[in-house]
Amino acid sequence: MEKVIHFTLNDEPVSCRVDVRKSLLEMLRTDFGLTGTKEGCGVGECGACTVGVDKETVDSCIYLAVWVDGKVVTTIEGVTNPDGTLSDVQDAFVKAGAVQCGFCIPGMVVSSEQFLEDNPDPSREEIRRALSGNMCRCTGYQKIVDAVEIAAEGRKVK
Amino acid sequence: MYDITGYNEAKSLQDVFDLIKEDPKARLIAGGTDVLVKSRERKEGFVDAPLIGITRIPDLQDIYLDDDETLVIGSMNSFTDVETNPLVKEHAPLLSEAVALVGGPQTRNAGTIGGNVCNGATSADSAPTLFAYNAVLEIHSPNGVKNVPIAEFYKGAGWVDLEPGDILVKIKIAKADYEGYQGHYTKFAQRHALDIANLSCACLLKVENDVIEDLRVCFGVAAPTPIRMAKAEAYAKGKAISEETMAEIGKLCLEDTNTRNSWRASKEYRDHLVQILPGRNIMAAIGEA
Repeated sequence: MEKVIHFTLNDEPVSCRVDVRKSLLEMLRTDFGLTGTKEGCGVGECGACTVGVDKETVDSCIYLAVWVDGKVVTTIEGVTNPDGTLSDVQDAFVKAGAVQCGFCIPGMVVSSEQFLEDNPDPSREEIRRALSGNMCRCTGYQKIVDAVEIAAEGRKVK
Repeated sequence: MYDITGYNEAKSLQDVFDLIKEDPKARLIAGGTDVLVKSRERKEGFVDAPLIGITRIPDLQDIYLDDDETLVIGSMNSFTDVETNPLVKEHAPLLSEAVALVGGPQTRNAGTIGGNVCNGATSADSAPTLFAYNAVLEIHSPNGVKNVPIAEFYKGAGWVDLEPGDILVKIKIAKADYEGYQGHYTKFAQRHALDIANLSCACLLKVENDVIEDLRVCFGVAAPTPIRMAKAEAYAKGKAISEETMAEIGKLCLEDTNTRNSWRASKEYRDHLVQILPGRNIMAAIGEA
């Protein structure tokens, strides 16, 4: 069973015919070739598949593809600047040395971007809570939290 | 891909009734944070059946105060909606605090309070608090509307008072059940996020000059369903807040709970928590912990 859906994907209106059995994660990766979004646990526990839907983060592995009909979806590819350069949050992750294996980072960055939009002047504790749905098995999180702090500071200077 | 046989987006309650009539095997799905996980695990009833999406039905969305100031929460509000809603924060702040402890932000953005209740888990983070507020569930079906007190809704582990065609529309908390109460909720778990409680405890109380006028205690994961502590609550009425009172409340709770061993925690550990969490919650609720 397939359904035609219309939604906004990284600022671009798109339409597609999608199998109703697909998760949003599967649709993004296989139908749209947006492989920046990763599959980790597949049950909504690790946050590697985090994307923005109508300005809220969700785990796209346990979110049906048809649910984005009429909505606005942002993936890690939509976070990067249009000219291909890193966004300020991505740049801060590099500066802070927040990336080791890198698998969790697209989800971390999508969560961080949405969080900073909602809360431009966060405390460290608020950052930790905002990223509590994203697991990293390498770093121990300190430098990831540092990165979000750097990005928040950078936006204040602007 | 999920092993489901179809998907329909219901636009109204009537749509739900019609779709269920067409195929009684069809399952309602809200935010999907439980249903899709179970589908992936290939649990019986969650594969090989069509799903009916209900999150876009207008009747299930609002949060408002009724004419008699009953707090009414539409079942399809996400945990984030409930946590941040000004009416919930003002009148039932304990519920706002409890749902803020569900999973992580992503789960709270997708998962709904109605789904949390209908999933029937004893560990549901909204449940102990809703029990303490004496929440009433408004359930609609093709045969009409019924109002079920939440304590009667939970029948057993993962088993709630819903027939095919029934849908939870509203969660209601009467003014007399929230006005003047203060409370505290403890989710006792290994991690601060993305975890399920080893044991959870909600306490709501009315206090006058350090004397307990009314106390409500509800545990999650202390029995197959969330469970209120009738003996401890009866004992506490009129008692002064003291270490002895807290200890006695804890002891009496043990008479009403039925904890189990699981990989998360042993029965002994849970029984220990049953005795100490109510006292801790009460002290936290009155601002002395």
